[in-house]
Amino acid sequence: MNNSILVPLLFYIVAGLTLSFALFATLSKNIVRAVFSLLGTFVGVAILYGMLSAEFIAVIQILVYVGGILVLMLFAVMLTSHIENAPNSNRSGSRFLGFSAGSILACILIILMIQTPWRSLWTGNFEPITRQLGQYLLNRGILPFEILSILLLAVLIGTVVVARTALQQNRPPHE
Amino acid sequence: MNSLGITHFLVLSSLLFSIGLVCALTRKNALSILIGIELILNAAGLNFVAFSRYGNFGIEGPVFTLFIIVLAAAEAVVALAMIFTLQKKYKTVDVDRTDSLRG
Amino acid sequence: MKELSYLWLIPFFPALGCFINAVTGRRLFNRYGELPSKIIALTASWLSFGVALTAFITLLKSPSGTLLYNKAWTWIQVGHLEANFAFAIDALSGMMVLIVTFVGSLIHIYATGYMKGDPGFWRFLCYLNGFLFAMLLLVLGDNLLLMFVGWEGVGVCSYLLIGFWYQELANARAGMKAFLVNRVGDFAFLIGFFILFWGLGGNWDHQGYQIQNVFSLTFRELPQLVAAASDKTLWGLPLLTWVALFFFLGATGKSAQIPLYVWLPDAMAGPTPVSALIHAATMVTAGVYMIARLNFIYIQSPLAMTVVACVGALTALFAATIGCTQHDIKKVLAYSTVSQLGFMFIGVGVGAFWAGTYHLLTHALFKACLFLGAGSVIMAMHHEQDMRKMGGLSRFMPRTRWTYFIACLAITGFPVASGFYSKDEILWQAFNSHALLIPGYLIWAVGFLAAGLTSFYMWRSYFLTFTGTYETHTDHSTNHHSSHHTPSLKDDEHQHTTQNNDVSSHNNNASSHQTASSLNHAHHSGQHATPHEQPLAITGVLIVLAILAVLVSFLGIPKLWTHHDPILKHYLAPVFAQAEHLPKLFGPHEGHGVEWLLMSLSVMWAGMGCALAWWMYRGRKNPFPAQLVARFPRLNKIIFNKYYIDEFYKATLVRAFMGISQFNNWFDKNVVDFVVLQFAAVIRFFAWIEGMIDKHIIDACVNFIAHLTDSLGKASQKLQNGQLSLYFASLIAGCICLALFLFYFMNIYP
Repeated sequence: MNNSILVPLLFYIVAGLTLSFALFATLSKNIVRAVFSLLGTFVGVAILYGMLSAEFIAVIQILVYVGGILVLMLFAVMLTSHIENAPNSNRSGSRFLGFSAGSILACILIILMIQTPWRSLWTGNFEPITRQLGQYLLNRGILPFEILSILLLAVLIGTVVVARTALQQNRPPHE
Repeated sequence: MNSLGITHFLVLSSLLFSIGLVCALTRKNALSILIGIELILNAAGLNFVAFSRYGNFGIEGPVFTLFIIVLAAAEAVVALAMIFTLQKKYKTVDVDRTDSLRG
Repeated sequence: MKELSYLWLIPFFPALGCFINAVTGRRLFNRYGELPSKIIALTASWLSFGVALTAFITLLKSPSGTLLYNKAWTWIQVGHLEANFAFAIDALSGMMVLIVTFVGSLIHIYATGYMKGDPGFWRFLCYLNGFLFAMLLLVLGDNLLLMFVGWEGVGVCSYLLIGFWYQELANARAGMKAFLVNRVGDFAFLIGFFILFWGLGGNWDHQGYQIQNVFSLTFRELPQLVAAASDKTLWGLPLLTWVALFFFLGATGKSAQIPLYVWLPDAMAGPTPVSALIHAATMVTAGVYMIARLNFIYIQSPLAMTVVACVGALTALFAATIGCTQHDIKKVLAYSTVSQLGFMFIGVGVGAFWAGTYHLLTHALFKACLFLGAGSVIMAMHHEQDMRKMGGLSRFMPRTRWTYFIACLAITGFPVASGFYSKDEILWQAFNSHALLIPGYLIWAVGFLAAGLTSFYMWRSYFLTFTGTYETHTDHSTNHHSSHHTPSLKDDEHQHTTQNNDVSSHNNNASSHQTASSLNHAHHSGQHATPHEQPLAITGVLIVLAILAVLVSFLGIPKLWTHHDPILKHYLAPVFAQAEHLPKLFGPHEGHGVEWLLMSLSVMWAGMGCALAWWMYRGRKNPFPAQLVARFPRLNKIIFNKYYIDEFYKATLVRAFMGISQFNNWFDKNVVDFVVLQFAAVIRFFAWIEGMIDKHIIDACVNFIAHLTDSLGKASQKLQNGQLSLYFASLIAGCICLALFLFYFMNIYP
């Protein structure tokens, strides 16, 4: 990186924001607020994708995650919890084992990441990857691409089936 | 700290991963588990892109991240459908109360 | 020595007969009656006689001094001792075997007639065969041990036979008494035997005796061994004297001498064939046979010979006095047997072994004839045995009468029949003997007196039974009837003839009244029919025996008459060779005058006794006997009650024994059991401790393990609470652990 101060500073700010949004999503007792802080996390990760010169991925991240998954989760929150319970609907259960496992894992991973002598080969030039991505997807990566589409189809149908079954159980018996 | 190395991204993704893990382990709302899973997936995707950028590995890194995003979306859909079914059966999304496998 | 391989058959046939009758007799008797047992028993005994006769003829044809030998199998061969199941016939045992088998077989025939109708017929014949087997072992055995086996065996069989009608307690007691008194004698026999074995076995190194490799107790080899031990002493007396005395004590038990004769009169509780076979002809002569067999021991010991002769003489006199006062005909004959056995012991005691053996032979014949005749009379009188109720039977039973008459001639010693020859030889040898510690004529005097008394009481019994007039009696099943006082007999024993339940009377009364309940003559109540002659099975045997009693006299015609040794003496000479060298008063060619004198004195004395009895008892009309009783009531009472010897024994010996056994019983119960109970208490205490250990320690361990499992289970149960978060967390924890393990212990880094 040429600008030796600015980019790392930017990184730290974005990373800190992302982590704090993630923490809030973890520790909040209000499920609605947790979902909304997840939005912040997604945006932060998208910015980080941009910093890694993968702008297409950043855009896709915003589109899919925020525009799709988050909205879906909000719908789910709406449908599965009563509004009067919302501030208290996300309490935590047996915290000790989970916290300790997570923290130990964090420690291990971080120690591992820091102590490994990575060999960095990035030349440092930012260039858009869209063309490369598209070429890859339709030439070498055509198989995963098609499989993905079939997968999406399966997901679509499966979800409809599951929801239909769920809905059918709710029907009154005289139907 | 001088310039941005891969370590920064890796540490960030590890922390994000752990936070997501903690969220999945310690919450009692089923949707929170989904939130945690999403955080984990995000961390994993970030890891992929960072490695492919810093290791000069070509385009496969971001491609895989693309796939992760797509799959996360699919999986979120399926998970939400299951949560709906759970809601129908147990009348609650509290996973501490869905312990029919207890024994 | 000649090997004769069929000798073992002689005792085998009676043994086989006994066994077959014992195993199958009851069933055959119940199904087919008396015939099968009769056939089995008679065949066995006559076959045995046939083999014995063949062996005897072989012996006669062989040179003098031959021994016929047959070893059946090896019995004992251990250390220094060798004794086999082997049979040997020499002159002495050949004669004995013939007597035993012939008289035994005749009595078997008699028994089939006498025991007719008895429900135990088969058992009786089985016992008779068994007795024959044991007696044959006794006389045929070639060593002391086998002889002792037979010795004991005849004791057992005599017990079985005396107590044959065991449902009457008195008969069972008589059998027991015979057996126990015999046991005392057997014990003495064993002691003598042990002393002999020990003495000859070589414990005399300091006297220079050589131990032989194999020590044999056979009669062939004993004479040499004994001769080598003749100078050894034991506690002052010579060894052989001890041996001889103890053996003689055993003989007094078996042959009913003082002090162990008390069983013989009570043994009359058995059926008459038993009395004839066992207590006249065979078993009681076992003692005499044993002394004759062991003559080489007795010759070495003048003291023992004196004891034998004195005891024999005293017994002869003693028993004769008792016999004069008895009323039961079988008792008279029993005491007569004891007395005649005394004569036999006089004979072997003074060294005249062949004479004693000859008297054994003649006694077997005439005493068996007398007993069987008495049995015939008893059967005719429907089991009445009291002579005072008999009389005039000569009209009804001529054959019995004449055979009894001939036998009386024999026993009292008239030259017509054989008793004279044997008894006279004994008395002459007693007079002539110089080998005893006392002068021989003392023995002669006592024997002479006894012979006179013998004549008296035997003729008394004859006249009482057969002469006079026969009178029927209305009641004969109990004995309280005194409607017919026969004045000829002593009267005041009526108070002794109380009912059979008086247990202190030593069976004197029970055996004199074999009650009708023991045989199925229960239909006889009230008047009984006139007596009649018995069937041929009975009288035939009587005739045969009487004829033999006369013929046997030719075996012993004294040297005085023919200037040759008597046939029997010559025949038995090889066995008694050593006895020829005993010192005598008169040499072989001197003293003829004394001998003639003594012989004529005997005959006159016997005649006087007969005349006295004839005068006193013929026809039972003479009041003299009653007056005699009235003059000496106390003396009569003492003699009639056998000098109260039985009571004396009971008060002293029997009581002592019972005291000892009661003390042992008390000791066992209180001391021994007490110790055992203490052990039991200790063991119970240890068991209690172990119970506690088991309950509190071991069970606690087991329960602890169960609790542990339970706790582990309950703890493990918490792992499965059905909550996803726990499962997920456990999964992550597992991954962490694996990662840590790989990083830090196996140094595998990503």
